[in-house]
Amino acid sequence: MDSEAHSTHWMRILRDGVIGAWPICLGYLAIGLAFGVIAQKAGLTPVEIGLMSLLVYAGSAQFIAVSMLSAGAGLVPIVLTTFMVNLRHLLMSSSLATFMRNLGTGRLSLFAYGVTDESFALNSARFRGGQWDWRRALVLNHTTNLTWIASTVAGGFGGQFIPAGAFGIDYALIAMFLCLLIFQLRGRLYVVVAILAGLLAVALSLLIPGNSYIVIASVIAAALGVVIKRGRLSSGAEGQP
Amino acid sequence: MIPADYLYILIGMGIVTYVPRWLPLVFLSRLQLPGWFEEWLDLIPAAILSALILPILITTGEPRHLDLMRPELLVALPTFLFAVKTRSLAGTVVVGMFLFWLAGKIL
Repeated sequence: MDSEAHSTHWMRILRDGVIGAWPICLGYLAIGLAFGVIAQKAGLTPVEIGLMSLLVYAGSAQFIAVSMLSAGAGLVPIVLTTFMVNLRHLLMSSSLATFMRNLGTGRLSLFAYGVTDESFALNSARFRGGQWDWRRALVLNHTTNLTWIASTVAGGFGGQFIPAGAFGIDYALIAMFLCLLIFQLRGRLYVVVAILAGLLAVALSLLIPGNSYIVIASVIAAALGVVIKRGRLSSGAEGQP
Repeated sequence: MIPADYLYILIGMGIVTYVPRWLPLVFLSRLQLPGWFEEWLDLIPAAILSALILPILITTGEPRHLDLMRPELLVALPTFLFAVKTRSLAGTVVVGMFLFWLAGKIL
């Protein structure tokens, strides 16, 4: 009782969420600054850049939108492209929903805003490992969101601030994903699914433009995983006396 | 101060980005899901992470093509081993960054 009250204390929640967010913040700092510089060169003011980061909050879609804007594209193609590029979050939110049961719509809506590749990966691992809850996940999401907004605006003032390639910061998110992938490999089935998804993603990424390969490969690989699991179970059951 | 067309584009982008993030959280979190669907969702993180990362490591360019000699991949191998051995997120991020920085100096 006492320890439960202690672990839900808001200071502790805030600290856990903010500290837990650091690998993402490091990565967003580097990418956000780079985005701000590019957006500024494309003619956007820091206010316009910050507004995009606030309203959209999706790294790759923002890069694509800026390049389309400077090519003179209009509303419909930009919005459609954004939709396609960000459709993968559908899958991530579906997976996160299994950890967010019995929460009100308001809290879920607030949380949904911060679902990115990176926060999904980190929150999934934390939920799985225990010691994590929707409050900490929410703090993590908004910490990374604030870092993204601040970094893109700072880049928009024309400052690269961090020299390209410094401290290997460009590798922070890749290293994080590698480690979080290992956390997800909780048995042979997960390893098989991960290998299938990776190979499918590479093959599809070479065949089709855009990033739809992420969704297609993940959906197929996880479905094959279920088939393998159920096949193994039923053949195991047949072997029972 | 902010041009109206730009604002409309941002609002459009915001809506089509937010809805896919929001819809499954609000609806799936209150449904009793069938067993096979729960199993499928349970495999999704491993699948997505692998589908995100492997193409970053071994493909490059526009249009994309295979490239097995990228520093990203070279650094990923020891970083991956470090992560398997230590299972430390902080350590893996620091080691990965250091090795990538080192690779930039040497290669």
